Amino acid sequence: MNVAATFLAAAAVLGVLAALAGALPDYVLKPNLRAPAAGFGTALTGAAGVVAGIAAMTGDAYTADVPGLLPLSGVTISIDALSGPFLTAVGVAAVAAGVYAVGDARSRVAQAMTPLFVVAMLLVPAAGGVGTFLVCWELVAATSLVLVLVEHRRSPEVAVAGRWYAALSQLGFLTVLSGLLMLAGQAGDSFAALRDASPSPAARGVVFVLTLVGFAAAAGVAPLHIWLPRANTEAPSAAAALMSAAMVTLGGYGIVRVGLDLLGGGTRWWWLGVLALGVLSAVAGLLRAAASTDLKRLLARATIGGSGLVLVGIGAAGLFAAAGDRVLAGVALTAALLQVLGHAAYTALLFLATGSVVRATGTRDLETLGGLRRKMPVTTAAFGLGALAASALPPGTAFISVWLLVQALVHVPPGTGTTVGVAVPVALAAVALSVGLAVAALGRAFGIGFLARPRSAAAEQASESPPVVLAGLGLAGLASLVLALGPTLVLPALGEASALAVGGGDHTVSGIITVQLGGIAGTFSPLIVTIALAVALALAIGGARLLFRNRTRRAVSTWDGGAGPPPRRATTFAVPVYGDGGTEGRVWRPALAALNAWGRAGRLLATGSVHRYVGYGFYAVCGLLVVLAVTR
Amino acid sequence: MLGLLRKIFRTGRVAERDPGRPGYGLLAVASEFSGSVQVRHVNAGSCNGCEVEVGSAFGPVYDAERYGARLVASPRHADALLVTGPVTRNMAEPLRRTYDAVPGPKAVLAVGDCARNCGAFAGAYGVAGAVRDVVPVDLEIEGCPPRPEAIVEGLRRLTGR
Amino acid sequence: MNVLGIIAGVVQPVLLLAGAPLLIGVLGSVRARLEGRIGAGVTAPYRELRKLFAKEQIDPGGTSEVFRLAPLLLLATTVVVAVVAPFVASRPAIGPAADLFAVVALLVLGAVALVLGGLDTGTAYGALGAGRRLTILALAEPTLLVAILALATRAGSTNLATIVTATLDEPLRVVSPGSLLAAAALVVAIIAETGRRPVDDPASLAEATMVHGAAELEYAGPDLAIVRLASGMRLAVMLGLLANLFVPWGIATSAAPVAVLVGVVALVVKILVLGVLVAVAEVFVARLRLVRVPELLAGSFVLALLAVSASFFLA
Repeated sequence: MNVAATFLAAAAVLGVLAALAGALPDYVLKPNLRAPAAGFGTALTGAAGVVAGIAAMTGDAYTADVPGLLPLSGVTISIDALSGPFLTAVGVAAVAAGVYAVGDARSRVAQAMTPLFVVAMLLVPAAGGVGTFLVCWELVAATSLVLVLVEHRRSPEVAVAGRWYAALSQLGFLTVLSGLLMLAGQAGDSFAALRDASPSPAARGVVFVLTLVGFAAAAGVAPLHIWLPRANTEAPSAAAALMSAAMVTLGGYGIVRVGLDLLGGGTRWWWLGVLALGVLSAVAGLLRAAASTDLKRLLARATIGGSGLVLVGIGAAGLFAAAGDRVLAGVALTAALLQVLGHAAYTALLFLATGSVVRATGTRDLETLGGLRRKMPVTTAAFGLGALAASALPPGTAFISVWLLVQALVHVPPGTGTTVGVAVPVALAAVALSVGLAVAALGRAFGIGFLARPRSAAAEQASESPPVVLAGLGLAGLASLVLALGPTLVLPALGEASALAVGGGDHTVSGIITVQLGGIAGTFSPLIVTIALAVALALAIGGARLLFRNRTRRAVSTWDGGAGPPPRRATTFAVPVYGDGGTEGRVWRPALAALNAWGRAGRLLATGSVHRYVGYGFYAVCGLLVVLAVTR
Repeated sequence: MLGLLRKIFRTGRVAERDPGRPGYGLLAVASEFSGSVQVRHVNAGSCNGCEVEVGSAFGPVYDAERYGARLVASPRHADALLVTGPVTRNMAEPLRRTYDAVPGPKAVLAVGDCARNCGAFAGAYGVAGAVRDVVPVDLEIEGCPPRPEAIVEGLRRLTGR
Repeated sequence: MNVLGIIAGVVQPVLLLAGAPLLIGVLGSVRARLEGRIGAGVTAPYRELRKLFAKEQIDPGGTSEVFRLAPLLLLATTVVVAVVAPFVASRPAIGPAADLFAVVALLVLGAVALVLGGLDTGTAYGALGAGRRLTILALAEPTLLVAILALATRAGSTNLATIVTATLDEPLRVVSPGSLLAAAALVVAIIAETGRRPVDDPASLAEATMVHGAAELEYAGPDLAIVRLASGMRLAVMLGLLANLFVPWGIATSAAPVAVLVGVVALVVKILVLGVLVAVAEVFVARLRLVRVPELLAGSFVLALLAVSASFFLA
């Protein structure tokens, strides 16, 4: 057992222990001890996951087979460089959410289920066989469903959210199951065997499409994202943070693992499909986020956008790999992996900061918030940092990953072919548009939610959350900061992992202060940009201090047109986007209605008469025999 | 567009000749304005006669801007308040607040007879008083309404140009 | 680091900072002249800044550090862009930072800072202006990015210095369809970003119609001076960038004093010519209704997208 395997095992044990602690009845473990036991246990699980992930990224690989643990397939564990970023992402989100949950989790179900959820998410990237993968995947879906339903007494909306989530996560599981079983039926259970197998192109295409549907649903990618805004709004804050920050990235992991690794790349149209999904959800998600007034819903929609960016990176990587350009594929995948890590850190931060706000004010409505920076300075700073990191502005995490993605897209040699020639400009435009929309969505959320004046009594009387909640925010913030200032710490490792997946050369990305791309002309220094900005700002502040040192600022009331205080509801923001129906109204309602009609039509056949059913059986068998007789 | 261009060339410059600086002295506060005075106009209850003249003082013909005076939207950006009309009861408080909102050093111009001594509205039930009864006034410009030249002259005593 | 880069890193920000008020003054004078007025003269903005710096500092009730830091951040981001981008010299002071992505992001960061400053006042007009500004920004930023990326695709690098050098080496690239489309898109995005007509009217007095002005209504004295100075510098920076991306000739490629001097003169001339064009155009166009502005920007975004496609297919 090497470091990665040891810590992963430790994570599993810690997580189960924490879950047990959370499940203990009151007379064994007092409620005021239960929350810390479960919360810090979750955090430790996450920390072990982070260590395992970093070890995996730096080259620790591990494979083990435990035949008897599960019926039929046994358990196969396999950790490689590709597992690393995802283990780390899940771990980072779990550490922050675990610590946060100590101060903001009242339900025992949530306390018991959260650590299990984390363990399941950590095991998905570590699964080394189809059986293990599917079990872990379903465990993720089941535990998260319970977490969505925890607050079911609060409002009927929770049940609606639970239904959507259950339907889509199980539908996704079903397609992943059928896809992977098709593959395993031909080659065997373990991933190693699948890599060596060479199924027919048609079979590979079917497997890819089936699994893509399931993984896209998990990644919250449009048009399968419909569960995400609902579930993440209704789940407890810590669970919502975990789902948004960590769980959606596993969808990306599934696509990379199955498409690039197990199926070995495939053809262009697969990746054009992934790219199209990514482009669609990056733009649509952030567009809707820019028009949301519910803070959690806004973040959930921004998550859809971030997830879309990951898929753009993966799609571009697959497209370039299929076109034979392994270097660009490596850069694009590195961008996607960095986006995964950054997404985990800043989405956790944003959701936990929102949780802290909801905890203090009882509302997530931007219309009734405002002016929180005075009463909740730490939460405000945390949300501001998260918004900055998420909106691709320097110094932020998304800034670097989007830069990398743009590098991969810009360096496509002209005249590469019509498919690429059409796909790349569209992808570039989508990336640029999503950056602009992210700025608008998150800047607006920060500005009207946290600055300005309180617009309700609840916001006016808010008080800062307890230290343990702030510690959770701090941990997520720390991760965001590290990734923003020192992306070069993880980029070489991510480059290696990408090279492994797309089969490119090594040294895709190198450099400590300056990011250097191997194979294409691209150097960039996020650190120098940050330092230059800091120096310029310090000079400006210093200069202003020096120039105006003898002057006092006169405090006056704000200019109100001379006629009293301005209207209190000042949220005059509205991006003219499509109405409230969205995808739900346009895609899902008609689809469900069609399904309903289909079901009603079926009722004509199923009248309840046993004779009829026996007859159906008879005719079906006869028909089958005829078909066989003709075709064979 | 070509029509507009032709009109621009045919019209040329419509601004009147600079009549020369006013013979009498600058206001004390003018030295702090460096020849640039931003003006916020407050209508404290005027009949809009003065407004017409203020408008033409800043228009192309009298072109107060060439002497360094400019109208602005916010009292925060302003150096001087240009108040017209007798101060009505409803406008007394807003005028005070507007004066408060202007960063110092600042000046107040009371433009028109109403602003100076309530003019025709003196003693009316809705009038709180002249401008100087509400905020300190640095310069008063007489006339009902005052001629644009007089307004420009008053502004030039602030800008010093 | 090289000699030319260090010279550029000092000369460019000083020149742009010192020259920004002149640019604003020229814009105002040209407009006044076309309207038949005499106008305040080209040095009026300098007098205004001098006066504003001497005025009292105001602290509107309920505002926080965000309000006070926003002007400084706006200035800082613009200064960093002035240091790293190729304006006077083709080799920038900090090579790896002269990336177009970083430059656009820095300009946007400055705009966002001012938006947050406007929101922080909690006034109705502040929120109004901030909301409009963000909506415009959400469309103008992608246009800026994609338009410059069209040029980057052609040059094979997103480094602005490399793009400029590539154009110097192959002058005919400037007249390619991709390049012309990108230029058109950039012009619209820059007009929108700097708040000139037809997107916004800097001379407007009605708060309810303002975009950029509304978020700045609360700033007074030295704070306002910094906002004005930085806004002018942003305009100069964007016009300079536009000029050097398409007409880089005259830019200094060696550290010889004559070359640097020519570079300075060329930059001043280019920015002033573009400034005069902007001012003339402002006289001829009316302001668009606010609901029409996103349509204009979406159109320019499509132009930028076509530019990228063109540079892929017609290369």
